[in-house]
Amino acid sequence: MSTATTTAADTQDKVNYLNVSKGIKSWLFTLDHKRIGILYLFSVMAMFLFGGILALSIRLELLNPGADMMTADTYNQIFTLHGAIMIFLFIIPSVPAILGNFVLPIQIGAKDVAFPRLNLASWYVYIAGAGLAIYSIIAGSVDTGWTFYTPYSTQVGGAVISMVLAVFILGFSSIFTGINFIATIHRLRAPGMTWYKMPLFVWGLYATAIIQVLATPVLGITLVLLILERAFGIGIFDPAMGGDPVLFQHFFWFYSHPAVYIMILPGMGVISELISTFSHRKIFGYKAIAYSSVAIAFLSFGVWGHHMFVSGQSQYATLIFSFLTFLVAIPSGVKMFNWVSTMYKGSITFETPMLFTLTFFFTFAIGGLTGIFLGATATDVHLTDTYFIVAHFHYVMMGGTIMAFFGGLYYWWPKIWGRMYNEAWGRISALLVFLGFNLTFFPQFVAGTQGMPRRYFMYPDKYQMLNVVSTTGSWVLALGLVIMAVVLIYAMGWGPKAPKNPWGALTLEWKIDSPPPPHNFEETPKVTHGPYDHDKVKVKPEKVGVPA
Amino acid sequence: MSHSAESPAFLQHHFSDAEQQRESAKLGMWVFLLTEILLFGGLFGFYVFYRAWNPDMFYNAHVHLDRLLGGTNTVVLIISSLTIALAIRSIQLNKKKQSMYFLVATILLAAVFLVIKYFEYSHKFHLGMLPGKYYTYTGIEGMNPHIFFSVYFSMTGLHGLHVIFGMLAIGWVVWRTKKDEFSSEYYTPVEMVGLYWHLVDIIWIFLFPLLYLIG
Repeated sequence: MSTATTTAADTQDKVNYLNVSKGIKSWLFTLDHKRIGILYLFSVMAMFLFGGILALSIRLELLNPGADMMTADTYNQIFTLHGAIMIFLFIIPSVPAILGNFVLPIQIGAKDVAFPRLNLASWYVYIAGAGLAIYSIIAGSVDTGWTFYTPYSTQVGGAVISMVLAVFILGFSSIFTGINFIATIHRLRAPGMTWYKMPLFVWGLYATAIIQVLATPVLGITLVLLILERAFGIGIFDPAMGGDPVLFQHFFWFYSHPAVYIMILPGMGVISELISTFSHRKIFGYKAIAYSSVAIAFLSFGVWGHHMFVSGQSQYATLIFSFLTFLVAIPSGVKMFNWVSTMYKGSITFETPMLFTLTFFFTFAIGGLTGIFLGATATDVHLTDTYFIVAHFHYVMMGGTIMAFFGGLYYWWPKIWGRMYNEAWGRISALLVFLGFNLTFFPQFVAGTQGMPRRYFMYPDKYQMLNVVSTTGSWVLALGLVIMAVVLIYAMGWGPKAPKNPWGALTLEWKIDSPPPPHNFEETPKVTHGPYDHDKVKVKPEKVGVPA
Repeated sequence: MSHSAESPAFLQHHFSDAEQQRESAKLGMWVFLLTEILLFGGLFGFYVFYRAWNPDMFYNAHVHLDRLLGGTNTVVLIISSLTIALAIRSIQLNKKKQSMYFLVATILLAAVFLVIKYFEYSHKFHLGMLPGKYYTYTGIEGMNPHIFFSVYFSMTGLHGLHVIFGMLAIGWVVWRTKKDEFSSEYYTPVEMVGLYWHLVDIIWIFLFPLLYLIG
């Protein structure tokens, strides 16, 4: 079938997934996992831009203690939208749906995911959910926070039903991706690709997929019950009718705590790839890292109660949840120590993806350790609903997942587009993101311990200094992100041609052309060595501009 | 290496052989069924908590459900599970006509289930045994009897939706069987729809005793 391509390859551009067919239809009806990854890339990044602008306006309002640019109601709507968009429309699909879709099948030597049509459907479902969410924003002022706590969410006006329905629909998108990845990893591995030869990114996505399929349906039914409560007053969450509002919190966090790991595990997978590649050394403790992902996935189902230490659950439940929460620190610590050990005696180079990896270590360590403060019941009572919480989850979500995502974007960008980005400007963007991020969120730890509550648009004068620093930081962060966007977009069209393997990495995606051919592999590859065998296989990074 | 010359039409390009394609579909379907069970899991949780808090009210309220109709529906669904299993067996033996008849029989049985359910629902509506704030019936002793009907209608309602989806899915495979797309070589969609239908069936098998046969 594809013998004709060899002659075309001699002349100029080889046939790849980008130029194999043209026109808007060839994209909107594509079944190619790589193109679907690109569709996700643009739509998810648009949402990130939207959520980011909302974040900047939140910080701008908090620059001064009083009410400046918006009313209290507007502020409540803005932080609700910021949270809902960033969680459901950006972070959850970011690494799995963009990088995972693009890289996972290639890394295991497959030609596509197991169910390409389901894969495309997941994108359309995502777009439908995003559209409905935006409609809810325009039609009506949802200000419940992204957690939709009852009884507030069942009594307040506004388009809560359509917002909740949007999240319900987005859940299907997430489930479809999860089912696809599980079936792909189980059934489509190339000959020789045993479980222990899979890249750790694949392990991370596998653990993520398990949580996606086990937890998301529970959120789905919870949201359905919330809709029924609002529409028909079924009484399940309404104490006046014999219902229990705390039950909503149990149901909600039974999904939403595991969802935190849906967000972080793929990021951890990315980090495992980057740390080995840029230390040019075999990953330390492969099996420990792989199994710790799975361990986190299972532990994640037993810790939801730590969101409810002050919600009136029984003290014994609180004790058990606190203990289980501490357990999560063990597999997370296992990963951190293994990554750091990988660097020991490696020959480390500091390309942009590596800078994001080091940022991840720094910020995720702070995020993880402050999580221990919050898991301890005594300190948690003091810190609940203060800015300490806000700082903690931004350190984990943005300092963890998003830093890994950015690192991964820079890392796979030459593979995706076949063009290199500008290294110097890439490094500058990484540095600004690092500085801006810490400047934004570290002061919030301090403000939180001093008692500044979250979710208010005004605050006492004594917190102003910290808030000024934080808001300034948000501008530095925004500048870093703008530079990053320019660097990446410029590289897409005008960067120098990328070689097959610019980093000297050993996983399968670096053995095929950049950008990859339409079906990834002309022939099913035979896997002979592990993904990180830098001690056995010596591969030098290929120079830019020199054809392989 | 690659399958080009003699590969059958139903084989998608990214699978190396029919066996791999079938096994992938099966695994994907089982994982999907798992998500369905967890979806209903939330409702079973709803049931468990409120029954534990109001054991007497649940007993008093469940008396008003019609065991005869519920029992009939249980039998109807179990028979429909048999017919769809027979449809899969027929297609395995390459008897396409027969397979189609069994599939259509399954759809008809599902319709019988829905008709019976309709009579049950409209009777409840008539008496004011409605969920939550619409509840107007006065003859049930105990605290908050409307909760029982919230549980009853959300569980059977979600199940009813699944019955409708199942009928559509079976209709889809009937149509494809008619277009002669399936044979003993390739019948994966029939088998997958069968798995789904068994799930719909088994959820009812749990719902029936939990709602109709308390105490």
